[in-house]
Amino acid sequence: MTSGIRFDAVSVAYGGTTVLDRLDLTVEPGEVIALLGPSGSGKTTALRAVAGFVRPVSGRVLIGDRDVTALPPYRRGIGMVVQQYALFPHLRVEANVAFGLKARKTPKDEIPGRVAEALEMTGMAAYAHRYPRELSGGQQQRVAIARALAIRPKVLLLDEPLSALDAQLRSGMLAELARLHRELPDVSILYVTHDQVEALTLADRIAVMDKARLQDCGTPQDLYRRPRTEFTASFVGNANLLPVTVTADGVAFDGTELNVAPGDATPGAATLCVRPHLVGLGEGPNALRGRIVEVQWRGSTHRLYVEVGGHRVKADVRELRETPLLGSEVTLHFAPEDAVLLAAGVNDDH
Amino acid sequence: MLVHSRTGRWTAWAGFAVLFVPLFALPFLVIVAASFSTNWSGAFPSGPTTAHYAAAVRGESLQALTTSLVTAVTASLIALTAGTWAALAGAALGGGGPWGRRAKRVLDALFMLPVAVPSVVVGLAVLVAYSQPPVLLNGTRWIVILAHTVLVTAFAHQSVSAAVVRLDPMYEQAAAGLGARPSYVLLRVKLPLLLPSLNAAAGLCFALSMGELSATMMLYPPDWTPLPVLIFTRTDRGALFTGSALAVVLMAATLLALLAVSRIRTKASYR
Ligand SMILES: Nc1ncnc2c1ncn2[C@@H]1O[C@H](COP(=O)(O)OP(=O)(O)OP(=O)(O)O)[C@@H](O)[C@H]1O
Ligand SMILES: [Mg+2]
Repeated sequence: MTSGIRFDAVSVAYGGTTVLDRLDLTVEPGEVIALLGPSGSGKTTALRAVAGFVRPVSGRVLIGDRDVTALPPYRRGIGMVVQQYALFPHLRVEANVAFGLKARKTPKDEIPGRVAEALEMTGMAAYAHRYPRELSGGQQQRVAIARALAIRPKVLLLDEPLSALDAQLRSGMLAELARLHRELPDVSILYVTHDQVEALTLADRIAVMDKARLQDCGTPQDLYRRPRTEFTASFVGNANLLPVTVTADGVAFDGTELNVAPGDATPGAATLCVRPHLVGLGEGPNALRGRIVEVQWRGSTHRLYVEVGGHRVKADVRELRETPLLGSEVTLHFAPEDAVLLAAGVNDDH
Repeated sequence: MLVHSRTGRWTAWAGFAVLFVPLFALPFLVIVAASFSTNWSGAFPSGPTTAHYAAAVRGESLQALTTSLVTAVTASLIALTAGTWAALAGAALGGGGPWGRRAKRVLDALFMLPVAVPSVVVGLAVLVAYSQPPVLLNGTRWIVILAHTVLVTAFAHQSVSAAVVRLDPMYEQAAAGLGARPSYVLLRVKLPLLLPSLNAAAGLCFALSMGELSATMMLYPPDWTPLPVLIFTRTDRGALFTGSALAVVLMAATLLALLAVSRIRTKASYR
């Protein structure tokens, strides 16, 4: 049996409101896809459609080659970890991990070995006899993952599994998840998050969702370097989006001619996307003159907000000896190859 | 402690004592005192004697105590089963669209009925309904047990329903996601999680049944006389001190049983 997940034009509605609009997405066997999007964009709903907790109004969900759209959750054979872990409070860690095996009538003599294996893999073997309430958040998280892995699912669904952890623990768990994925090369993982760092770190591909729709899908590098939509550009990496005009001669911003390859952009209004950390302070190609309106110190960098021709340009500048003064006139620049031209979107809420 | 100053704390205790002692403690103390006395004509009873207790744990009285215990345990178990079943079914109905929600409201109202209706009326209704074939229970112990069951199921259903509503669906979903069929989820997840509430409901049902008098009076056959009925008939005939001793026995038996149930509860609570 091949594994993997396929959404085939899956739509989900709650009481007439469409919260997932014709989602088409394939998670290849062994692939990690991060579903990334703001709150309420339908990420959890997509996951629940795979798990079987919500019934699509149209479309099909396939796991492997099997159409599971009409199957109840307990017949789908998936592993799922949710934000609140949902460990059974009345069962010890080992019984929690054994739950899925017992429910599926795994032969009795196999169960202890499989439980030990799953606990070993998540580093929780020493806690087998504890109750969930006796564990920290990070430990509960590991047990939840062990419980999902014990049934050896071909498909693992993770819904913001790290959001209840503090920043330090989160980066540790992120590394653990990456290691688990290397150890389980056949398992397809659908990973829901609204944290772009998690998505960029873990995912083979990122599917960006907004307003119930899939906006963009590609490798992290792709989405980061060559976003296809304004939404992706601003959501992944918080890019600058500058309204520009494309003419036969080139690209102009605020009346200034820019040195940017127009590529196959159609003449007219367009959006120029530049990452804040690729914008430099001082003279250079594509110089933009403006006034500093806000400064945020972020440890290793200063984030400057510079008003250029009525638009705020974000620049992350490293190693400034002195904090730039508010209201001072500065010049920003960026290299021609660091800019991406996008078709102009309808929304300009920056 | 919510009150921090010393005088404030004393005032709180004094207020509590002023309210509690005459309202709750005194009547019980009087009954306990009466149960040990032979005569009570002045301010204080004369005695003490344990003769009433000796009588209370023998013959007819002992019979009445066992009758009450058997009735209460049977009624509570049936009520708990029926009430839990209905509560779970109601929750399932409630998740099934507008018609389901309507059906759930009707179900809830039906189960609440015995609480709203005076128990004398429940007794009369049971008497009228089961005095004719095909279901002729009148004159047997079963009519008493049935009436008690009807009366306490309402409370079982209500308290279990409240717990079912509070039960987080994520546990059920986590179990289903791990491959557990609905029956397995019920047995291994839902019922264990509901256990503390089931326990509380069982205690409540038991206590209510142990003290039930009004419906029982209309129904009890001569060979199935629960303790409250005996207390009533004894005191009615003027045997006040014997009645008091019986009342103390009833109280003690009920409290002991509740204590036992609450021990199970503390063992089963996990949060
Ligand atoms: N059971 C439900 N009944 C009605 N509406 C729902 C239900 N579950 C979700 N929704 C709605 O569906 C939309 C998408 O919800 P979903 O949980 O998929 O968002 P999400 O992308 O996971 O957001 P978050 O990042 O906050 O978890 C939201 O607008 C939400 O209000
Ligand atoms: Mg969500």
